[in-house]
Amino acid sequence: MSENKQPRIGVFVCYCGVNIGAVINVPEVVEYAKTLPNVAHAEGNLYTCSSDGLSKIKEAIKKHNLTRVVVASCTPRTHETLFRGACEEAGLNKYLFHMANIREHSSWVHPKEPEKATEKAKELVRMAVAKAALLESQVEPEISVQPSALVIGGGVSGMTAALSLARQDFIVHLVEKEDELGGKLKELYKLYPSNRKSSEVLEEFVQAVHSNPKITVHTSSTVKNAEGFIGNFKVTIADHEGKEEKLDVGTIIVATGANVLKPSGMYGYGKRKKVITQLELENLIKENKLRKPKDVAMIQCVGAREEKEGGRNYCSRICCAVAIKNALEIKELFPDAEVSILYRDMQAYGKDFEEQYQKARENFIQFVRFDAEKPPEVIPKPGGKYRVIVHDVLINNTIELDADMVVLSTPLIQSEEAKELSRMLKVPLGTDGFFFEAHVKLRPVDFATDGIFVCGTAHSPKTISESIAQAYAAASRAGIPMALKQVRTEAITSIINEDLCTGCGTCIKICPYNAIQKDERGIARVNDVLCKGCGVCAASCPEKAITMRHFSDAQVLAEATAALGGN
Amino acid sequence: MSNSVLVVGGGIAGIQASLDLANRGTKVYLVEKTPSIGGRMAQLDKTFPTLDCSICILAPKMIECLRHPNITLLTYSEVKEVNGQAGDFTVKILQHPRYVDAEKCTGCGTCMEKCPVKAPNEFDMGLGNRKAVYMPFKQAVPLIATIDSEHCLYFTKGVCKVCQKVCPSNAINYEQKPEETVLNVSSIVLATGFDTFNPSSMKEYGYGRFKNVILSMEFERLICASGPTGGHLLRPSDGKEPKSIVFVQCVGSRSQRGEFPYCSSVCCVYATKESILVKDHMPETEVYIMYIDMRAIGKGFQEFVDKAKKQYDVRYVKAHPGGIAEDPATNRLQIYYEDIKTGEMKRLCTDMVVLCPALIPKEDNKKIAEATGLELDEYGFFKSKNQLTAPIDTNIPGIYICGYCQSPKDIPESVAQASGAAARAAETITCTTKEAKR
Repeated sequence: MSENKQPRIGVFVCYCGVNIGAVINVPEVVEYAKTLPNVAHAEGNLYTCSSDGLSKIKEAIKKHNLTRVVVASCTPRTHETLFRGACEEAGLNKYLFHMANIREHSSWVHPKEPEKATEKAKELVRMAVAKAALLESQVEPEISVQPSALVIGGGVSGMTAALSLARQDFIVHLVEKEDELGGKLKELYKLYPSNRKSSEVLEEFVQAVHSNPKITVHTSSTVKNAEGFIGNFKVTIADHEGKEEKLDVGTIIVATGANVLKPSGMYGYGKRKKVITQLELENLIKENKLRKPKDVAMIQCVGAREEKEGGRNYCSRICCAVAIKNALEIKELFPDAEVSILYRDMQAYGKDFEEQYQKARENFIQFVRFDAEKPPEVIPKPGGKYRVIVHDVLINNTIELDADMVVLSTPLIQSEEAKELSRMLKVPLGTDGFFFEAHVKLRPVDFATDGIFVCGTAHSPKTISESIAQAYAAASRAGIPMALKQVRTEAITSIINEDLCTGCGTCIKICPYNAIQKDERGIARVNDVLCKGCGVCAASCPEKAITMRHFSDAQVLAEATAALGGN
Repeated sequence: MSNSVLVVGGGIAGIQASLDLANRGTKVYLVEKTPSIGGRMAQLDKTFPTLDCSICILAPKMIECLRHPNITLLTYSEVKEVNGQAGDFTVKILQHPRYVDAEKCTGCGTCMEKCPVKAPNEFDMGLGNRKAVYMPFKQAVPLIATIDSEHCLYFTKGVCKVCQKVCPSNAINYEQKPEETVLNVSSIVLATGFDTFNPSSMKEYGYGRFKNVILSMEFERLICASGPTGGHLLRPSDGKEPKSIVFVQCVGSRSQRGEFPYCSSVCCVYATKESILVKDHMPETEVYIMYIDMRAIGKGFQEFVDKAKKQYDVRYVKAHPGGIAEDPATNRLQIYYEDIKTGEMKRLCTDMVVLCPALIPKEDNKKIAEATGLELDEYGFFKSKNQLTAPIDTNIPGIYICGYCQSPKDIPESVAQASGAAARAAETITCTTKEAKR
């Protein structure tokens, strides 16, 4: 690699079809790039990311003996890996590549000012070229991955994930805080859409888990501490007596499930005896304790889909189907009972729930639709009964229903333990309180932290079947690094200049990944595997003793100087 | 005995399943019926609820499939025959002739430029034209031209051959024949996706008769910068910007009268997304969504609907329209509907209507079911071994299903299920390898 000599930079300006090309004058940007220092080649491509565009980069690297590559196109978030890959295939270290985003940062935001957008694109290219000239090769260290996993949570998601990983031949530690496996399945009666008893389904799962020699079940146990990184996590778990055990695992799956909201104070819940939640109703049915009701009123969206600021905005997805299930169950047990479901939107999505919704209507379950602005009122009557007053929007009239039992459908909410776990594993929670995945569309079970995955209702409200599918997904994702037995990690990490470091400890305190420690001489030392390259330490070091690989002061200043018009 | 996996369908589900398997070291054959992988997601403009540009987040994955040393792409191909069992399936694949040598074609597009024949562009839902020799879209993978023999002058009339003359790589080959490939695989992952119901049979909505009544997939292509109008949403009748648009939900879905009784699961939220796109392009245009139940059931979806209402002034009307009429002079549309809140029959006059039709299983599922012995449900979706506990498994061990072909679902659910199918396929390989060693 001739990177220490005068750099030879290739610049590839993308039209992105019309995304860039219809606003920015691409040929003008290409010509401009050719005038910049160290640029040995510049060209425009209709789609630089197409296989044709990538071959052009590779050809140009060889033909023009390029030692740095700049692509001016879209966002590195989606495309950097691709272009870096093309550089590598042509024999160039992938860190000798740099990107200028002239789409999101120019053509898309200035569609009505093509000339200014073109000027801005030139400036962005000038900055990228200035930085590229100073880029250096970097190495991504390879680390080994232990073929063992920790699954946190012994509900249906956790058990499914554990079973799949075990069948993929990995060692699994399944940790459950309660004294037996099962999670929410233990509290349910019958399961949609099968009509099978939850206890039977649960028994099959528990049997399979206990009879699998690859799975070690740790009941009455919780995670106390987690350190390390993908491939080499060191986890401490403790049982109810406080006895600790240390586990070495390669990957972690979070399957801690969710809780059901207790709607304290809503519709008199907690004070009135026969105002209960759906889960409590289901428990009564399961325990054979439900005494024959005459009229049952179910109210949906209690504490969910709140439109107020700071409220619980989300739809809990499964409550409508649960209400229909329990309403049908009551009808089957007590055909004379009248059941009404007071709802806002009936979330009977997909194939099975829509069928059940039809069945419920055929079984004379009354559906009453109300508006969020006019929620039902529950007024106690003598004799432990209630009067439910609701404005039925479908007939535009206020109706009154008698009820000897009011059942509230409340949303799934994140468990309290999740906050603690989120802190320990350094994985985020979203604004809705549920664990927040790496990408909402395309990485639904990954965390941004490598080697840690999520599934089931810890991620968001979902059905058992959906939780099972997602648990298999987590088992696939966790299985990848374990099957390969090794992974490459981040090359962009921080370097401590030992001559300048005074051992003040500022960086140690501020590092969000606990990646810095003092060595025996009292000087800061970075754990390259834990370091995510965020740069907080470099920014806060009072002695300027910390440099970020790939983002050195010289590189950043060159970029900034170019932005201001200098070279 | 085999350690490789066949994935059928090159949409986001098939792509995800392939990448998960390939990334763990498993050899994958990815079979796609059309000339390019990408599927439905490639056709969408943006995705909900993050408003990510759809092709922008998909294209890197498509390219990854192409470049992956463990993935063999078999595009323009179909599964013809399946024999054997888990761990050892023999699959016959028919590869249709592109009449272009895939080794020689560089995707330069010269043939497309010079080809004199126009044909409806399937990728743009037939709204624009492509040539008889074509690449389905700019980011197609593989980027190889295909000659459509139904329209090509050489195949229909025996003349022309312009593409052959202009091709700088000498890649055109009119003599190419269908090719049969036999694969030995451990398991099969099906990810055939969905089609859209054509509501022209529902006369009351006027689709096919009234120019300004379009389908949601057509809307996606019209609002997309790479679509036939360059991303300008214009009234098909006169090319003017619509001053008002009405989205109609549940067209043929949740139907009690013979169309499709199930809920397609994604329309409420994609209509919300499309409404926001209209407002982004044309803030002055009024947007209405007529719906039965607002099913914003996924992560962040209800918040997305709230945002559409508050920030974008999208108007949600609880109504299921009874009919649409057209003023022949202006091509404007009258929607007749019952206002659920007041019970009154009302009319709404609008420039454009976007119908959100039922999303339905692929016709081809029947052929695949026949070739494999798989069970379909009453609508034609592949049937899970157990709806509750084994959604990814089928009645045949070693054949797994994921994405919309199993049941209605959105992109993240399809991606998750696809990874799940990859896990099941990986389990099968481990299990059969162990047994063989015994």
